[in-house]
Amino acid sequence: MELINFVKDFAELFEETDANFFKPSTKFRDIEEWSSLVALSVIAMAFVKYKVRLSGDDIRKSLTIEDIFNIVKAKQ
Amino acid sequence: MYNPFSLKDKTVFITGASSGIGKAVAIECSRMGSRLCITGRNAERLNETYMQLEGSGHLQLVADLQSEDAIRSVVDRVPVLDGIVYCAGIARPLPFQFTGKETLEEVMGINFNSPVILSQLLLENKKIKKGASIVFISSVSGVFCSSAGGSIYSASKGAINGLVKGMALDLAPKMIRVNTVNPGMIDTNIFSEGTITQEQLTEDIKRYPLKRFGKPEEVAYSVIYLLSDASSWVTGSSLLIDGGFTLL
Repeated sequence: MELINFVKDFAELFEETDANFFKPSTKFRDIEEWSSLVALSVIAMAFVKYKVRLSGDDIRKSLTIEDIFNIVKAKQ
Repeated sequence: MYNPFSLKDKTVFITGASSGIGKAVAIECSRMGSRLCITGRNAERLNETYMQLEGSGHLQLVADLQSEDAIRSVVDRVPVLDGIVYCAGIARPLPFQFTGKETLEEVMGINFNSPVILSQLLLENKKIKKGASIVFISSVSGVFCSSAGGSIYSASKGAINGLVKGMALDLAPKMIRVNTVNPGMIDTNIFSEGTITQEQLTEDIKRYPLKRFGKPEEVAYSVIYLLSDASSWVTGSSLLIDGGFTLL
């Protein structure tokens, strides 16, 4: 599991934010499009693509995309 | 003592009785004098409910109603009923684009298909008395509103509301009444798998004019009304109980 691919998968959940904007260090809550629905999409994406069940708390305690990646990796 | 809401001498069957709304419905119905037959998937938790029932002569049946064999076995074992309360239900919060056949089948299976098949078999086996009352726990979701990631759950509850109108008509000749209770968010463990955070739930509470989620007992009280003779002219209706949520 590569960080770069995870960032791509993460970016695909957004409709309006340019894909190039997303970096491992991106603080996802600062993205204007971020919402509770996108948070649910991140959880669903982690399950569909990585077979990992994230909890809402995993998202809540993360600051950057890389933080979420690390949780997904640890749960794999 | 005069009490039009009494359930004395009524035998009531309750699904999903091992937790949440089903557990509260079972306990409160026993307090109103009914004899109960309760089912749930988890034997230990179902027994916890069973131990809290008042009165005697109650029956507990551990069963996973997703399986048609389990449904048939339950139908064989339940006594003739004056009331049925369908409380078994699940929520799988998922954005629509991530909902596949598996989620659809799981949620519709438990929330909609099972109570439909169960009702048909109970009728076929003459386990529902003339004049009985059937209550479905529906929701505000799918009937009055929905929520992010709640499309399939809403569909299952909307389907229940549609079903009940037709069932009420078709069972009226047998004097069997069929109604739904439509609660807003109730303090249960329906989101215990953790997709929805406590923080989100706390935020959600602010959207309720009465400033709190409902309690399982508060749903149970409306179920008691619909099971009792106090509602003997009520059929095909939906009782909204939501702390004012859908007013806004």
